[in-house]
Amino acid sequence: MQAKTQQTELFGLMAEFKDAESIIAAAEKVRRQGYRKVEGYSPMPVEELDHALGHSKSHVPKLVFLGGLLGCATGIGMQYWISAVDYPLNVGGRPLASWVSFIPVTFELTILFAAFAAVIGMIALNGLPSPYHPVFNVRRFQYASRDRFFLVVESADARFDRVETRRFLETLNPTGVHDVEP
Amino acid sequence: MATQSQKLPSGYEPPPKVIKPGHDLGTISDRLSAFVLRKRTPQWWLVGLSISFIFFMGFMLAAGYLLYWGVGVWGVNNPVGWGFAIVNLVWWIGIGHAGTLISAILLLFRQKWRTSISRFAEAMTLFAVACAGLFPILHTGRPWLAYWLLPYPNTMQMWPQFRSPLVWDVFAISTYGTVSLLFWYVGLIPDLGTLRDRTKKRFFQVIYGFLSLGWRGSAKHWQNYEMAYLLLAGLATPLVLSVHTVVSFDFAVSLIPGWHTTIFPPYFVAGAIYSGFAMVLTLAIPVRWFCKMEDFITMRHLHNMGKVMLATGLIVAYGYMMEAFMAWYSAAQYEVDMMRYRVFDGPYAHVYTMLILFNILIPQLLWSSKIRANVVMLWILSIVVNVGMWLERYVIVVTSLARDYMPSAWDTYGGTVWDYMLYFGTIGLFVTLVFLFIRVLPFISMSEIRHMWREQKHQGEA
Repeated sequence: MQAKTQQTELFGLMAEFKDAESIIAAAEKVRRQGYRKVEGYSPMPVEELDHALGHSKSHVPKLVFLGGLLGCATGIGMQYWISAVDYPLNVGGRPLASWVSFIPVTFELTILFAAFAAVIGMIALNGLPSPYHPVFNVRRFQYASRDRFFLVVESADARFDRVETRRFLETLNPTGVHDVEP
Repeated sequence: MATQSQKLPSGYEPPPKVIKPGHDLGTISDRLSAFVLRKRTPQWWLVGLSISFIFFMGFMLAAGYLLYWGVGVWGVNNPVGWGFAIVNLVWWIGIGHAGTLISAILLLFRQKWRTSISRFAEAMTLFAVACAGLFPILHTGRPWLAYWLLPYPNTMQMWPQFRSPLVWDVFAISTYGTVSLLFWYVGLIPDLGTLRDRTKKRFFQVIYGFLSLGWRGSAKHWQNYEMAYLLLAGLATPLVLSVHTVVSFDFAVSLIPGWHTTIFPPYFVAGAIYSGFAMVLTLAIPVRWFCKMEDFITMRHLHNMGKVMLATGLIVAYGYMMEAFMAWYSAAQYEVDMMRYRVFDGPYAHVYTMLILFNILIPQLLWSSKIRANVVMLWILSIVVNVGMWLERYVIVVTSLARDYMPSAWDTYGGTVWDYMLYFGTIGLFVTLVFLFIRVLPFISMSEIRHMWREQKHQGEA
């Protein structure tokens, strides 16, 4: 069994940490060492980890803005078309395109579309739903949603070396280093 | 932060912590998920669920009777065509507001204490909106045709009238319900991941795993998640204010004396937050005690909610004053007469007196920090406010309609047994949903409490 796992290709190596401060420090060192395909896992958001890992800014705000614009256009366009073009109805001599009374619905649709953009955008950018991911193969990884912090260096990284990387990760004071099977 | 605390005067007692000291990430996760993951369902839960379910069955009976006989079984007449149904709609929607307020507006204001009660309050919002939505749908008399209010290309080639506040209402409430659901679900995703990892049973692993979408808690995940959550809060904030504003347009856009006023939107919103916070307290105090969550819903939360209730109650009092003032100042005979009818010589004057007592006078006790520190008193006050807010909606809806311009059209209104059964039935539905919710999902957000714990630690408080 041991020999067999030795030969299988690895997804990467996973170092386990006790608290947020150690994983931030470790992530900085790993980046400085030249590793690029690195990802941290934590039970709660740790803002400093993003900086340490060199993540770019989230694209969610742009999607939300576009969603809002689309909702606004849909709202005003739909009401104009229905009230003034497709089904003109004279109510007390008011103008057909009485845009002031269209504001509430336009506003609600702006919010609705923007909210959907935020949620669907977040899920899509995160690559969810993904029932399978190699990190779940590590038994200890179940604690990533409780109180442990994990740093994964992927084997796809140019500098990745099974032995060297493991030795390096062990110098960062982890509580353990695990193989991540694909 | 640490140096600041040394400079405080000797008599000063620091406010209670948001999380009681002595916890770490592991104990937080274990404690908050314990009630969901425990094998044996506690006795009090079963008893509570059974009682609320009986009330819910009352609702089903009343709704069935209504659908069989038509809206004539209600007390509605001419001119009071809007009776309990709209009173309850406005009341329930108002209750929902605290949820979004706590989770969205307080998030933007960086009020850390919101964390412990936000999930609970958001769930409350969803259930309250569900209860609220039932009433206008039943009030149409033909609920199976309620979808006619939506703009869809139907065979009669007719569209909704977008100049009508009732159509605005459809959009406002359905958007509010949808966005609240999205907000609640997004907040749940990391916690569903925790439950997936913590549960021992295969069945629940699959269910929670499916719902958590494969959440891994990677730094990239959290980054997008935090941004989406923050933006949703930013979107929900104007939404909260708009929903009750639109609901108030149902009244304010009409020309009925007592309704046609500009104070209605802010006054309705304040009243909504008032009753919403009262409902959060009504539910949170027993749940906190039964589930032994005093470490996470601390006295600080109860104190703060009491303060919010006091503040919004005073805004509501201002609204009552303005209603009376504007009636007098307008010098419109119909407005003045309606106000006199409402307050002094009409058949609903005693309701108005009760309303002032329940909504304005008794809640003034909240000025005292001793009363705010007394859990039982706070609970009683929250129920008083809930009743008072219902009376307020009743007074607004019924008294104005009962007397408009023509004496020949005047009539009085009172709910029938079916009205009351439907109303108490929705309370049963609401409490049933709350009971089911606290058993299957963590009613305090684990990931947010962990986040807050870290911040508290950095400030040297934990």
